[in-house]
Amino acid sequence: MEVTVTINGQAVSADVEARTLLVHYIRDTAGLTGTNVGCDTSSCGACTVHLNGEAVKSCTMLAVQADGQDVTTIEGLAPSADEMHPMQEAFMQCHALQCGYCTPGMVMASVSLLDENPNPSEAEVREGLEGNLCRCTGYHNIVKAVLTASGATEGMPA
Amino acid sequence: MIPVAFDYQRADSAEAALAALAEHGDEAKLLAGGHSLLPMMKLRLAYPTVLVDIGRLNDLSYVRDGGDHVAIGALTRHRDIEIDPMIAEHAPLLARATANVGDPQVRHRGTLGGSLAHADAAADHPSALLALGGSVVVRSADAERVIDAGDLFTGFLESALEPTEMITEIRIPKHTGAGWSFQKFNRRAQDWAIVGVSAQQVNGHAQVALVNMHPTPVRATAVEEALANGASAADAAALAAEGMEPSSDLNASVEYRQHLARVLVGRALTDAGIA
Ligand SMILES: Cc1cc2nc3c(=O)[nH]c(=O)nc-3n(C[C@H](O)[C@H](O)[C@H](O)COP(=O)(O)OP(=O)(O)OC[C@H]3O[C@@H](n4cnc5c(N)ncnc54)[C@H](O)[C@@H]3O)c2cc1C
Ligand code: FES
Ligand code: FES
Repeated sequence: MEVTVTINGQAVSADVEARTLLVHYIRDTAGLTGTNVGCDTSSCGACTVHLNGEAVKSCTMLAVQADGQDVTTIEGLAPSADEMHPMQEAFMQCHALQCGYCTPGMVMASVSLLDENPNPSEAEVREGLEGNLCRCTGYHNIVKAVLTASGATEGMPA
Repeated sequence: MIPVAFDYQRADSAEAALAALAEHGDEAKLLAGGHSLLPMMKLRLAYPTVLVDIGRLNDLSYVRDGGDHVAIGALTRHRDIEIDPMIAEHAPLLARATANVGDPQVRHRGTLGGSLAHADAAADHPSALLALGGSVVVRSADAERVIDAGDLFTGFLESALEPTEMITEIRIPKHTGAGWSFQKFNRRAQDWAIVGVSAQQVNGHAQVALVNMHPTPVRATAVEEALANGASAADAAALAAEGMEPSSDLNASVEYRQHLARVLVGRALTDAGIA
């Protein structure tokens, strides 16, 4: 069936099977491979993108459910080719990644978190990222990055 | 993992969805948030031949004052329930249980109607509905009926809904200012409850329901009756596993679940101000 999803501001149309998952539509049809598949069972958050501005797990949605909707992926976050989104900048400054596999989903979840709660406490950041797993960093620097992006790093041990 | 192929129909009204269910019977499944159904379809534990997408029925996403109750549209997403001021005032137990469901991404997609229709004993909403004494409004192409929470959950992942029926609204009696508690024991923030408890004070007595302690979501009747007969909260909580048939799995043995139920019901009663 014909599906049109606006991904990072650009309409992407394709004739796909109804059972096509959104994450496969993003990666294979739109060719945007920044969004990763980790667990494929709704647990790890590596596939997190924004649907109409809210973080969702794209391995647990059908592409047809996003038909006619707006999707933002990690590729669409930065304002321009030579400028990073403040959350990406904070992840870089705080060394919030090691292998980087979880990072696209982690950044998308973090941006959504600050949209809903612009001044979270450290505990709120930790809880707000409960849907994203990282096997490398131990989370400490990820939490620090999100607090940095929110403008609050006071009290955060180095 | 990719589901078995199916026919996809997007309903643009409740009537259209009900007509599709009437036509296809148990070959068809409604798709709301998809956060129980799609994982099951990916694992090929479910393989409907027709999927009727009700996810865009925005007129079934609402929270309204129904006089003595709060009326919640079946398609209301978990996130919207979590932050709704009317629910916070009249049924804070539902807001807290909802805030404990999965993670933010799950709560952006999952719906209250979907969660109740799925009738999972391990899920948080059914216990809140039971403790709050709520009900669901159910429609088919030619009829409408109201099912009390106590009659909704009939077996393992089974509800009293017919394949041609759809939940359109959830009704929660107002419990303004009354004591309540939601307890969820799990190992990581995102996880399902190993055991959970919803407790609500209603006119001086307690309504208590358990998560993951029985094949169905269930009221802790032994606890409630003991309290009604004058037992202390501690003595009543000791009866939390009476009549329950919990399962044993990777997270917990039967005995450990029974222990957790007693401890968590004790905490819930104290927290809800039931002495
Ligand atoms: C990673 C993850 C973690 C989760 N953790 C928890 C948790 O901790 N606690 C918890 O309680 N839940 C948890 N859930 C489940 C979540 O709450 C689901 O959203 C919910 O169970 C189903 O709602 P849905 O709208 O997604 O329904 P769907 O998946 O769309 O549908 C579920 C079932 O209900 C039927 N249905 C849907 N809507 C209706 C309706 N209006 N009338 C009749 N039938 C209908 C469907 O046909 C299907 O059979 C989790 C899910 C995931 C993916
Ligand atoms: S790949 Fe989607 S949650 Fe892990
Ligand atoms: S940086 Fe490797 S999984 Fe997070």
